[in-house]
Amino acid sequence: MNRQTADHATLADKFNEDEPRVDWHDQTLWWVRAKRDKMAWSIPEWEQLRETASAIKLNALGNLHDYLVQFEQQAIQNGAIVHWAADAEEHNQIVTGILKKHGVRHLVKSKSMLTEECHLNPHLMANGIEVIDTDLGERIVQLAKEPPSHIVLPCIHKKKEEIGELFHEHLGTPAGNADPQFLTAAARQHLRKEFLQAKAAITGVNFAVAETGEMVVCTNEGNADMGAHLADVHIACMGIEKIIPQRKHLGVFLRLLARSATGQPITTYSSHFRQPRPGQELHIVLVDNGRSRQLGREDFRNSLKCIRCGACMNTCPVYRRSGGHSYHTAVAGPIGAILAPNLDMKDYADLPFASTLCGSCSNVCPVKIDIHQQLYKWRQVLVKEGYTTAAKTASMKAMSGVLSTPAVYRTAGKMGRWVMRAFPGMVNNRLNPWYKQREMPAPPKQSFSQWYEKNKKS
Amino acid sequence: MKVGLFIPCYIDQFYPQVGIATLQLLQKLGCEVEFPQGQTCCGQPMANSGYEHLTHQCNSLFIKNFADYDYIVGPSGSCVLHIKDHLHDPAAETAATHIRERIYELTEFLTDVLKVEKLTARFPCKVGLHQSCHGQRGLALAQMSELVAAPFSKPEQLLRMVEGVELVPLDRQDECCGFGGTFCVTEEAVSVKMGKDRVADHVKHGAEVITGTDVSCLMHMEGILRRQHAGVKVMHIAEILNQNIHEQANS
Repeated sequence: MNRQTADHATLADKFNEDEPRVDWHDQTLWWVRAKRDKMAWSIPEWEQLRETASAIKLNALGNLHDYLVQFEQQAIQNGAIVHWAADAEEHNQIVTGILKKHGVRHLVKSKSMLTEECHLNPHLMANGIEVIDTDLGERIVQLAKEPPSHIVLPCIHKKKEEIGELFHEHLGTPAGNADPQFLTAAARQHLRKEFLQAKAAITGVNFAVAETGEMVVCTNEGNADMGAHLADVHIACMGIEKIIPQRKHLGVFLRLLARSATGQPITTYSSHFRQPRPGQELHIVLVDNGRSRQLGREDFRNSLKCIRCGACMNTCPVYRRSGGHSYHTAVAGPIGAILAPNLDMKDYADLPFASTLCGSCSNVCPVKIDIHQQLYKWRQVLVKEGYTTAAKTASMKAMSGVLSTPAVYRTAGKMGRWVMRAFPGMVNNRLNPWYKQREMPAPPKQSFSQWYEKNKKS
Repeated sequence: MKVGLFIPCYIDQFYPQVGIATLQLLQKLGCEVEFPQGQTCCGQPMANSGYEHLTHQCNSLFIKNFADYDYIVGPSGSCVLHIKDHLHDPAAETAATHIRERIYELTEFLTDVLKVEKLTARFPCKVGLHQSCHGQRGLALAQMSELVAAPFSKPEQLLRMVEGVELVPLDRQDECCGFGGTFCVTEEAVSVKMGKDRVADHVKHGAEVITGTDVSCLMHMEGILRRQHAGVKVMHIAEILNQNIHEQANS
């Protein structure tokens, strides 16, 4: 749906045309990061908690097959119907099949990044099925016909005035009213109707407990509960990496998730779905879509530990100043940049380069994914697999050649500095991206090595 | 103690004064320092662009230049981190390992190896300390704001020994400046915006000089400051720690 041909740098360049808006976006997300810091500091054993979460996930990934089979058995015993989908296409077909069987033309969906990843909404629309996103942020971007720009805060790129206009157009709120409380109340009224009419509800899954076959869904709005409790058919869609071995492990993850995500101690709702109520059908769709391939990549395996808190996005200085849409994939930011190339190296070859490798993402990650190191490693993989340009390869080879031979390096340096002094226009021009908004360093007459040669005390 | 002075290529070519300050500071603190003349670059520009496989010759050269020193010290956290993480050579792995274990960024060498407790330097100025990411998060030169852990800062510890230095607080103590190697040209818009924001934080708090442990970050911020015609200067931390010597040499 949101595949674009432009790369991150181009889209980020466009985003930066409106500098006050970039400032606003940056400050809004930094505020979330600051809230996260405050919450983390309220827990003295925070770092130990991260370490524990990381270890539990490592165990889960190392024994994924066994835990998945155990989960399936338990879920079936609980009365759920379990489906396995190898990829996005199969996932979408399974979901559509269930809906068609029940004659559902209209359904509600709470937040699920997996269904975004699989592009479920356009698939349903193409099959004549109307889907209403019930998470407020998701509903806003759905009305705006845009993809979410953030996995936890889907409409963080929109100002409240823009949301007011959108609601005026689609929900009939008074023009010019941008009061968040008023708009939220309007959305509640609108969504209530949708909840009451929906025959089916799709939810995501935050944690699937192998030991009990239950699923935990975390929301602040209770929209997953409202949908699942009212509908005749509940379809829970989850990536296979959402498994945790035991229920007690929730005591680690639920403490980390909301604190990392929004700086709340816990989400308003942490709802456990174990069995369908009498007369209801509960379907669970377990989706691979490249996850087992990623599990096989030793360097990138740990990326599957992700609990989708979005902390890496909020802290990322590049994300804050380029916006979620510049990543042109369902999961943006640093984590998206290490997940997306696994899905399609060609389409997402630009993303691991959309980083300064500052490492802040790895430090906030509640499950301690070495995100910035994986960005570095993806760069190596992408170049080796040929997803680079001939010009870049040529310039790197030339650079390597100069830097590998001290005499060539010295001559080139001397000549380069002389050219800069004698003909500053050669470098200080429009073709030099450095010079566009920055001055070049003033070239000195002698290099350090020339100075040393003259001044060393032998 | 024989110290091999590692001066990264862009410092050698564009910021010789940083190399000079580093050399003089180490000598003043009693080190026997040599600058191997055959050195060029650590290979990081290629590696961070995805071309680590093109750094073999840079690696061999680095090993050839620095294998015989007790310590290797450089005034750049980023280049030192690259060597620490990525210097390998199947033909000389023992020497490569020796270098990886014995290479230090200047400030950590001063605080951890030389265990410097006082300096005679004087620099009466309002100074903003930029925490360069590779030094800070990669080499742990300072505590990181993301972690729930006791604060410390090796560069700050040293700056506090300099008479007259007044460190200014920052709103964001360790946000990246946006240099990022080739990122600074491939993602020009975001890189510059990050740099402008970083510089503004220092200016807002009255910094007269922005200092740090990496000239690359400083070069980027200097480029922005000069374009803005801001009066704020950038100086590598070695230049401040060595300040007194300069004055004596000039008088």
